[in-house]
Amino acid sequence: MSDYKGVLVLAEVAQGKLAPIALELLGAGHGLAQQLGEQCSAALLGNGVTALAQEAIAYGADRVYVVDDPLLQDYQSDLYLAAMDKIITEASPQIVLLGQTSIGRDLAPRLAFRRQTGLSMDCVELSIDPETRLLLQTRPVYGGNARATFVSESRPQMATVRAKAMTPLERDASRQGEVVAVAAGLSPSMIRAKVVHRVKEEVEGIKLEDAQVIVGGGRGVGGPEAFKQLEELARILGGAVGASRPPCDSNWVPASLQIGLTGKVVTPELYIAIGISGASQHMAGCSGARNIVAINKNPEANIFNEASYGVVGDFRQVLPAFIAKVRELVGK
Amino acid sequence: MNMIVCVKQVPDPEAPPASFQVDAASGRMVIAPSVNPVISPFDEQAVEAALRLKDAHGGKITVLSLGKDAVPHVIKKPLAMGADELILLQDDALEGGDSWSTAFALAHAIKKIGQYDLIFCGRQAADWDAGQVGSGIAELLGVPSVTLARKVEVSDGKAVVERVVPDGYEVVEVSLPALITVSNELGEPRYPTLRGIMATKKIEPIVWTAADLGVEASQCGVAGRRTRLLKLFKPVKEGRCQLIQADSPAEAGEKLALKLREAKLL
Ligand SMILES: Cc1cc2nc3c(=O)[nH]c(=O)nc-3n(C[C@H](O)[C@H](O)[C@H](O)COP(=O)(O)OP(=O)(O)OC[C@H]3O[C@@H](n4cnc5c(N)ncnc54)[C@H](O)[C@@H]3O)c2cc1C
Repeated sequence: MSDYKGVLVLAEVAQGKLAPIALELLGAGHGLAQQLGEQCSAALLGNGVTALAQEAIAYGADRVYVVDDPLLQDYQSDLYLAAMDKIITEASPQIVLLGQTSIGRDLAPRLAFRRQTGLSMDCVELSIDPETRLLLQTRPVYGGNARATFVSESRPQMATVRAKAMTPLERDASRQGEVVAVAAGLSPSMIRAKVVHRVKEEVEGIKLEDAQVIVGGGRGVGGPEAFKQLEELARILGGAVGASRPPCDSNWVPASLQIGLTGKVVTPELYIAIGISGASQHMAGCSGARNIVAINKNPEANIFNEASYGVVGDFRQVLPAFIAKVRELVGK
Repeated sequence: MNMIVCVKQVPDPEAPPASFQVDAASGRMVIAPSVNPVISPFDEQAVEAALRLKDAHGGKITVLSLGKDAVPHVIKKPLAMGADELILLQDDALEGGDSWSTAFALAHAIKKIGQYDLIFCGRQAADWDAGQVGSGIAELLGVPSVTLARKVEVSDGKAVVERVVPDGYEVVEVSLPALITVSNELGEPRYPTLRGIMATKKIEPIVWTAADLGVEASQCGVAGRRTRLLKLFKPVKEGRCQLIQADSPAEAGEKLALKLREAKLL
């Protein structure tokens, strides 16, 4: 296993820039590589992305493997898989990290099975065991009710990492690194599952992932009408509206508003949860909020174990007065 | 059309958080006895996806499940919903595996079934939330996969899948045979009908062991794992909620706003 050296992270690109998760993985990868006394590499895949290699270096990569190919313009499972497989063969890393993103969720397991190696998805903590020098991979299990630490029995040791679980390095434009162009031999005939069309269901206003204030509604708000009130509150606070799963499943709000284990991971300063019971799978997406406030009529609801402030009561009676007072206080 | 759906029995993931405890000494989950076993919810939606195709095009649905502890009325639910056949992989040698060994055994079972156009799995099992087995089976079988489906249709020998992405969805065309993992956006699974439940009584599950699959004990279960669990623990919670006391709900709302202002959160 000593033939495997260093850390390789997939640096995802979004809108022509390194995605936030790429910077987070570079930060994590750099730290792990330092502990091992080895190098951190980035895999950069896309069309016209070579120029971003320098950026990856500025954020912590010692080497960047680039597959720059018009075929990689958008994510195509089979091609990304082939390209990553090729890079792993070339780089022979002992650790491979991907983001727990739409791409990572799809790509990582296939890649791990292709490399016949183990994988831990959705890690929230990574470290090197000082004795064994193995990667300790910690992830929530049982819907977030417990956490488990795994090690790999095969190489490379692979993990996907939850958004916002790791901290990027300060950008340092003076950092030096090497850029390696990889010929991955991609061809359109390799595509078996082909994305033919993309449909955006973007909601207006601030993106949930970026919002500093989020007003979340759950099954307890009873229907789509109540979300108007939540929107009003979010507007006054300059925030965004999110939801637990039931309002999304019932089409009260778009599915893209779902917060949780299988929805979005958010880390606002303030999360106001209304009619949300606080199931572990929901909390998995918002427990990184700095402050949680709950309005729920059931004093036994789990959300009160997670919140720092709470009102036990019917939101229909609590919320109008709350909104009125908030408006008065913030002057909008 | 021949469809295979992989399902897993899990402790009801919607049970209150307090029902899931960790025994630190043994490093095992301790699940309260009040928690019922259920089919992992995404797997039920995988069954639903297959049933919708069967409704539209006809065909046969084989349900495949690995695990010795399967409770008959639980594991038979997909049959009551309308699936045709149930195969259980039950063998000590297959137990205690990770995603790798589980996918390995399931892929061998699927090879043994032989005929298939589509394989469905849930996007992740609601106990270990590993999210790998579906893609792993596809890779081991060498068939293409589409993950996180919210809609699946079949025409002209290919499947057209809507795949959930954070800001909408992608439409993916995939050649058959293929494997598809299903997400909750697909919609509610149907309830078993009384007729379905009655019919189920007559269907006996087929049981296969590791030997039936032609796999060595060293490749599956505990022995075949690629990952090892080192430690299991409960995340620490601070749990100090200040509840607002007031004479009326409206007053509580106002006081909450004032409290948040005081804490400089507004
Ligand atoms: C594998 C898996 C993944 C999942 N992923 C996610 C996920 O990503 N995100 C997610 O959110 N869920 C997810 N879930 C579902 C999760 O387990 C819960 O079912 C869900 O979060 C519950 O949503 P809720 O709190 O809105 O509804 P409920 O649990 O039904 O709670 C409603 C709450 O509203 C309160 N209420 C009712 N009426 C009023 C009123 N008038 N005023 C005030 N309060 C009221 C009730 O007291 C109750 O606490 C997942 C489940 C599984 C099994």
